[in-house]
Amino acid sequence: MLGLTRKDTTILLIVTVLALGAPFLLNPFPISSPLAQFNAGYPDLMQRFVIFGIFAIGFNILFGLTGYLSFGHAAFLGVGSYAGVWMFKLLGMNVIPAILASMIVAGLFSVLIGYISLRRSGIYFSILTLAFAQMSFSLAYSVLTPITGGETGLQLSLNDPRILGQSVTPDGNIPVPSLFGLEMGENTRLVISNWVFTFNVGYYFCAVILILAFYLSIRIFRSPFGLMLRAIKTNQTRLNYTGLNPKPYTLAAFVISGMYAGLAGGLMVAMDPLAGAERMFWTASGEVVLMAILGGAGTLIGPILGAGFIKYMENIVSKINETILHNWFAFLPDGLEDIVVSMVYPFIGKGWHLTLGILFMLVVIFLPGGLVEGGQRIGRIFRRKKKKETGDGSGATTVNPAE
Amino acid sequence: MDAFILQILNGLDKGSAYALIALGLTLIFGTLGVVNFAHGALFMIGAFVAVTVSRILSISMVVEDPTKTDFLGNPAKISTPYVEEWFGPTIGAGILDWAVPISIIIAIPIMIVIGVIMERGLIQHFYKRPHADQILVTFGLAIVLQEVIKYFYGANPIPTPAPAAFIGSFDFGAMIGFDPNTIIYPYWRLVYFAFSAIIIAVVFAFLQFTTFGMVVRAGMADRETVGLLGINIDKRFTMMFGLAAAVAGLAGVMYAPINSPNYHMGMDFLVLSFIVVVVGGMGSLGGAVLAGFLLGILESFASMSAVIELIPGINQVIIYLVAIIILLTRPRGLLGRKGVMED
Amino acid sequence: MGILEVKGVGKRFGGLQALGDVNLSVAERSVHAIIGPNGAGKSTLLNCLVGKLIPDTGSVLFDGQSVLGRSPHEINQMGISRVFQTPEIFGDLTVMENMMIPCFAKRDGAFEMNAIASVLSQRDIAAKAEEMLVEMNMADKRDMHASAMSRGDKRRLEIGMCLAQEPRLLLLDEPTAGMARADTNNTIDLLKQIQDERHITIAIIEHDMHVVFSLAERITVLAQGTPLVEDTPDNIKGHPKVREAYLGESTAAA
Repeated sequence: MLGLTRKDTTILLIVTVLALGAPFLLNPFPISSPLAQFNAGYPDLMQRFVIFGIFAIGFNILFGLTGYLSFGHAAFLGVGSYAGVWMFKLLGMNVIPAILASMIVAGLFSVLIGYISLRRSGIYFSILTLAFAQMSFSLAYSVLTPITGGETGLQLSLNDPRILGQSVTPDGNIPVPSLFGLEMGENTRLVISNWVFTFNVGYYFCAVILILAFYLSIRIFRSPFGLMLRAIKTNQTRLNYTGLNPKPYTLAAFVISGMYAGLAGGLMVAMDPLAGAERMFWTASGEVVLMAILGGAGTLIGPILGAGFIKYMENIVSKINETILHNWFAFLPDGLEDIVVSMVYPFIGKGWHLTLGILFMLVVIFLPGGLVEGGQRIGRIFRRKKKKETGDGSGATTVNPAE
Repeated sequence: MDAFILQILNGLDKGSAYALIALGLTLIFGTLGVVNFAHGALFMIGAFVAVTVSRILSISMVVEDPTKTDFLGNPAKISTPYVEEWFGPTIGAGILDWAVPISIIIAIPIMIVIGVIMERGLIQHFYKRPHADQILVTFGLAIVLQEVIKYFYGANPIPTPAPAAFIGSFDFGAMIGFDPNTIIYPYWRLVYFAFSAIIIAVVFAFLQFTTFGMVVRAGMADRETVGLLGINIDKRFTMMFGLAAAVAGLAGVMYAPINSPNYHMGMDFLVLSFIVVVVGGMGSLGGAVLAGFLLGILESFASMSAVIELIPGINQVIIYLVAIIILLTRPRGLLGRKGVMED
Repeated sequence: MGILEVKGVGKRFGGLQALGDVNLSVAERSVHAIIGPNGAGKSTLLNCLVGKLIPDTGSVLFDGQSVLGRSPHEINQMGISRVFQTPEIFGDLTVMENMMIPCFAKRDGAFEMNAIASVLSQRDIAAKAEEMLVEMNMADKRDMHASAMSRGDKRRLEIGMCLAQEPRLLLLDEPTAGMARADTNNTIDLLKQIQDERHITIAIIEHDMHVVFSLAERITVLAQGTPLVEDTPDNIKGHPKVREAYLGESTAAA
């Protein structure tokens, strides 16, 4: 289907179902249950899942395929955000031109940075991208304040021209982002006994774009271009002596990946028309590195899972406080309860970063393929068990001759 | 002229911190070939050793004084730090006052132990893995270390004063014959600079004049050959990691009075220190020190108002700009050797 | 005039004169071996031919065109393929994918970012790669990770990848170094077969005299950066200068 193999179609379908069904899937607990705090089916949170998913998919096209570790990817997201807000200010509140502008500006910016940074590889590449991103961040905070809004961030105002739209709504407010009149913030609620499901226009807009972005990334992974990128990762020398110049390929991957970041930035401002320089800070670049690697760098679905996992922890797990923990472990004898709570507490709630750091280290050390590889390994164990049960445990595999 | 000297002085203390961290980074890189993203965390831990020592020293014995009452009518509590109890009020107060310098003695073994544990427990398994993996795992470690510190010490900066004798500033301009009040410089910053210079000298002397240092230098030049000589290079490199950790930790201890320690200070310094290492030349000790001071001083020159008027924003980006230019024009950095990570 | 003409090539590294005044002519469709003791400058010479090093003096002409100043990928596009001492293959990719890359390179021509060509059908490429694998006798390993193969198989794959580009000159840098006897003999047979069927010019740098004398039609002996003598294998065997400079030591060591 759509030029994909069966396996890839399945993955695409899974992502589609997950994305479109998220308002249901992320709201499994009725509001009255004590577990309701684990629901994540809120529009703004779901938007974040999807937007960071797009960001991580883009990062993965660069890092997962070519192995070039960029520590400055947030710069493109930030630049995209500014471009989007400027479109809202100058042109009008339609999200399409804003997002296109985000991608184009981020793309141009990444051509510039990529062209220079890709003259070096390895750790030097990482440090160059880091330096560029930090420089952009510092500039956005200081000299470029007229363009970026400096510390307060870039906001919409009633005086913006908006030549294709209105500067002010009839009731005197700043207009909100919309898709040909369909407002991004519009919600529809569905109440089924104790469950409340919220369907948000903005979320579905992002979700559709995620599916398209994901489809494109599958095509890139499976294309000859993707094959070249993987070849760059494993052996540039051989590539050179096959008559191929790796530079244009890596630059193309860098720019594509920068445009994905720009798209994510554009979507962010389409959901909430405000852009700040902190989005470009190097920790933000570090976050997308965490997402892609935790989920599984070089795998298709990994980055989306990683983004979802981290955003879930940041927004849900971080809210668990000591009282809630005490409620959970109330069934234990008093003394034991306190001990258990004091042992668990550092790792959740405000300490979620600690858990994240530990998980990340474990993944880098033991599971280079991230959560996806973890899932595959577990799957394999189960399959092996099944095989044994059916008595088909011959397990004859070709043994690779050692060197 | 006086403004010129002032800027050089201002650049020195930051430059010292850059140089010390970069020295450790490049030492680790040159000997072990590992890119350590957790090195900034070692600097931060050093600063928190200072915090902890001053806290421990001020643990107090609380006695209720029945003769006096506080405004609520309860017996007043008088707390006396144990050190004052044991050594008498004068010496005790002196010890308390000198908590930061005292921390140096305590920090050295602690940092060496942490360094050795890090190397044996984690880093050694990454020697043969790609640099990207090394960056990632040490990046994860840095997050973990910084979160552990945050858990125990909270997220707010903790003021850690220097000894009273070094608080305040002195008129450096008047001392060297300029008009008074043109070059005012805080005492502690001068101490920091002098301290850094001593540490750097000690590290260089250690590498230059001891057998241990000789082996390490030989290992930096050609690891395989030294290994063939039957010298257990790995053991020495582990010690090298401990030494680098100690240098970073000491830089942190002494930096505590300049900037109140907080849990993310390591990361803030790390990014810049990496740039220092790259500018100086990966694996070059002299380059790291040179580039550290150079960039520190450049940064303070760029913050002069005359310069900012000329090129707005230059103070924010000067270091990055220099790094980018150096990386593109002199791939080996200022003093880098041939063959060390050239691609 | 040979397909490869090396004239007066010299290269210094600091105080070391790695190559003196090397003159070499490789005749089209011949197998030409370059031998010499360690440090004779064989690898330096090879690196000068493929664009990894630029010689200080002299000229290198391939088919009448100078290769100097061109980057390795450009020289490769002129028709020179190189096999490395340690097989350079794409270890993380499957054998089939390894083989597809040179096939793409061949089809998509100028190797710029050819956006249109990269979305075109891969079917013809896959067919060609498959054909090449069959020819190399590796079809059964098509889905194996290249890094998991034996050294001999890696070498076979690398040679196959070079052949897929249909080069006019194949450079081999100690193709049997570190190989077991059986793998060495297989490689010799493979090279003979290539020479018989494809009539490609082969230049080979080799330590192993067994390999050299089984394959080469002409031999150049290099010592201390300058060619000592160039002749047919039979004459080289008996040449007193060569015996003194090289073969004597080598046979004693072996």
